Amino acid sequence: MSSQTAPARAHAEIDAIGGAEIRLSAVSKSFVRQAVLKELNLVVRPGEFLAIVGRSGCGKSTLLRLIAGLDAADSGAILLNDQPAQKKGQQIRVMFQDARLLPWKHVLQNVGIGARGTWEAKALSALEDVGLSARANDWPSALSGGQKQRVALARALMSHPQVLLLDEPLGSLDALTRLEMQKLIERVWLRQRFTAILVTHDVTEAVTLADRIVLLKDGVVSLIHPVAQARPRALGDPDLGRIEAHILERLLDAKG
Amino acid sequence: MFKELYRRDLLPWVLPGCILVAWQATAQLGFIPARVLPAPTQVFAAAVKLIRSGEIFRHIGVSSLRALAGLLVGGSIGFTFGLLNGLSRTSDRLLNSTLQMVRNVPHLALIPLCILWFGIDEGSKVFLVAFGVFFPIYLNTYHGIQNVDPGLIEMGRVYGLSGYELFRDVLFPAALPAMLVGVRYALGIMWLTLIVAETVSASSGIGYMTMTAREFLQTDIIVLGILIYALLGKLADVSTLLLERRWLAWHPAFQKTA
Repeated sequence: MSSQTAPARAHAEIDAIGGAEIRLSAVSKSFVRQAVLKELNLVVRPGEFLAIVGRSGCGKSTLLRLIAGLDAADSGAILLNDQPAQKKGQQIRVMFQDARLLPWKHVLQNVGIGARGTWEAKALSALEDVGLSARANDWPSALSGGQKQRVALARALMSHPQVLLLDEPLGSLDALTRLEMQKLIERVWLRQRFTAILVTHDVTEAVTLADRIVLLKDGVVSLIHPVAQARPRALGDPDLGRIEAHILERLLDAKG
Repeated sequence: MFKELYRRDLLPWVLPGCILVAWQATAQLGFIPARVLPAPTQVFAAAVKLIRSGEIFRHIGVSSLRALAGLLVGGSIGFTFGLLNGLSRTSDRLLNSTLQMVRNVPHLALIPLCILWFGIDEGSKVFLVAFGVFFPIYLNTYHGIQNVDPGLIEMGRVYGLSGYELFRDVLFPAALPAMLVGVRYALGIMWLTLIVAETVSASSGIGYMTMTAREFLQTDIIVLGILIYALLGKLADVSTLLLERRWLAWHPAFQKTA
């Protein structure tokens, strides 16, 4: 990546902001008689990369939507740096499963959506970070799936959020593009040090990216596993393989 | 290269050309009496005569003005209600079923009532056109707004858009393709309504021109009137097509031609 002196200066400012701590206490949520989250407790440390894994329907996406403020919890509290999360909406960004770009805006305008003041330079540098500054004036329909998600990532990071929530953002990409995106996400996270929460069904992905892996089962946290390996993590590292196997076992156990 | 040009640009004109030649031939050979259908050359002569006297421009002007006034009135009311009911649940519950009921009234059935209310002046024609174009614009605006991808709205909210900004950046552009379909439908109805209204009762306009021609058995002018209507209709259609190309340049469907 090309990182000149100007982004380096911006980098220092961002470090001052850093990531936010997220504290969930006794959070419950149910949809039509079905309890999805049951008095869930979880603390996400500032600047941490947390992965949430679990079988489909375990409530991991619901949890993410609650933190993002897209849905409201039935009970319990979600605090962002000891403040109710809803009031901090501007510091939380979400990457969805689909890129959700506005097809009627050029790529650059999509990155700058919702921005106030002079945003063009910031949007362009965010696009540069994901390697797509050359496509700034294209329509989103001209991009591939992976490129669209990269634009979505640039859009999420343009305002230097304290928290980035990733809701299986790589699920629909092909294997190679997914690996590239994982590296990209790790790189920007190392630079900006926001708090990242990644919801995924791909345990390999969780092991590659996360500082800690949370296993969600029946609406509660059933396991928290730290991953202390140095970054960037090599593919096929035997220690990572062991962690992955352990978590997969627990996931399969979770069936019974 | 010439072959390419021929296939793309000339081919569509071959059939109309043949029909025109056949029409001229049969008329000239006396197979069709001029009272039933005049030859193309006669229609052309009538056009030249009316252009010289300037009469044709007066009629076209009057008709176009009526059409546009009706479109403007009916279209803006339809657009307003479409937005209102698409955006507000309360307004939707209150108004939509009533509007859908009124939609089942064929608007041309209102002509007798219209003449009683507004006389045979401009008022009755503008009212009929407005009534006719209201529904396609209302319905397409309404459905356009309602069918906006909820994922995009959610995304907009995550990025801090609300109120007018959300409407301007997400809802309106998402609904625009549907709205323009509504406009195209409305333009068709606009001319149709005007033709009927002018034919039934008018003291100027193309419909009036053809009805007067009927009294004097001037079939050439009647055919000319029909052709003018067709031309105006085509003009309206082409102009919406141009608008679509301009406003929907982002849409994959319009990118091949742009």
